[in-house]
Amino acid sequence: MTVRSRPISPHLQIYRWTITMAMSIAHRATGIALYAGTVLLVIWLGAAASSQQALNVVNDIYASWFGQLVLFAYTWALFHHMLGGIRHFIWDFTIGMLPGQREMLAWANLIGSIVLTVLVWTVFVWTA
Amino acid sequence: MVELMLPKADRPTQGKSWPKPAGAKRLREYHIYRYDPDQSANPRIDTYFVNLDDCGPMILDGLLWIKNNIDPTLTLRRSCREGICGSCSMNINGLNTLACTKGMDDSTGPIKIYPLPHMPVVKDLVPDLSTFYAQHRAIEPWLKTTSPTPAKEWTQTVPQRAKLDGLYECILCACCSTSCPSYWWNGDKYLGPAALLQAYRWLIDSRDETTNERLDDLEDPFKLYRCHTIMNCAKVCPKGLNPAKAIAEIKKMMVERKVA
Repeated sequence: MTVRSRPISPHLQIYRWTITMAMSIAHRATGIALYAGTVLLVIWLGAAASSQQALNVVNDIYASWFGQLVLFAYTWALFHHMLGGIRHFIWDFTIGMLPGQREMLAWANLIGSIVLTVLVWTVFVWTA
Repeated sequence: MVELMLPKADRPTQGKSWPKPAGAKRLREYHIYRYDPDQSANPRIDTYFVNLDDCGPMILDGLLWIKNNIDPTLTLRRSCREGICGSCSMNINGLNTLACTKGMDDSTGPIKIYPLPHMPVVKDLVPDLSTFYAQHRAIEPWLKTTSPTPAKEWTQTVPQRAKLDGLYECILCACCSTSCPSYWWNGDKYLGPAALLQAYRWLIDSRDETTNERLDDLEDPFKLYRCHTIMNCAKVCPKGLNPAKAIAEIKKMMVERKVA
């Protein structure tokens, strides 16, 4: 006699993370983050279109350490999602799917996004 | 549906630690998921110690040693013990594989063994694979033709036959499908890597004459397109096949027939 319903076996809790799996969820997470980031951009453009005063307020918020942190994260999300898009575009041609290649593309996605983010901030923010 | 956590009643608890075999010099620790359908209790993780001087080198050898020497109630599927039947697929140290072809010396520390992930558990390491088999059935894995049957046989050139290499070797162990987060969340509607690899095997078979109908069947938001190229399937296949690539090939066929 059945005394209870069959349990579902453990999955996410016990599965060993793979780099392709991590970059897949990161692609989705950064995609969602871009919605929020785009709102920040719209607020900034809206302020610029309304008045100098409003723009100053928004600029002050964005220039604060917290604002900078959020914008830095937004830049990274943008690059990660863009490179992720390119990675998926390559895979759509069934190229780069062999062992080693797919991990290489996933790592390139991560490292490339960090390098590009730091590069953009170095050129346009930190040394500007 | 995405459910990151297991329901409370399904979460494994700390189980029993079985005594070490007397007089054994070289031991290996096994942490094994146990579920007894005759009890209402949660599944549990039991600890066993295997005497390496009295046991073969593979994970499956260790499991059978436990079953023979310590705890005969430990339940698992196994048959060929050489990676061709696909019975002893399970999650070993976080990755799905066949217990018979995985060596104990591939890892250090305790060997953690769970049933294939996100499946209803019948008992211990035995998952219910009914849906998995039904999905394989659903792609109609046999030759379908419309032209008259030839007097002798359906022939194929050597290059045409070569296209089936890397596809026909699938043993339906379900390691790939149950490694796929997309299959975990949508396993009822998404066909999963194993069934799709077989779908592709029949799509590119030069003798099959129903390619368009087969593609029509897969043209669905869930059956095929829930593959998000997470690539766990290709990583774990114990036969070294590449379901992710096969699925990408099907997606490509879908596009090509639209633009053709």
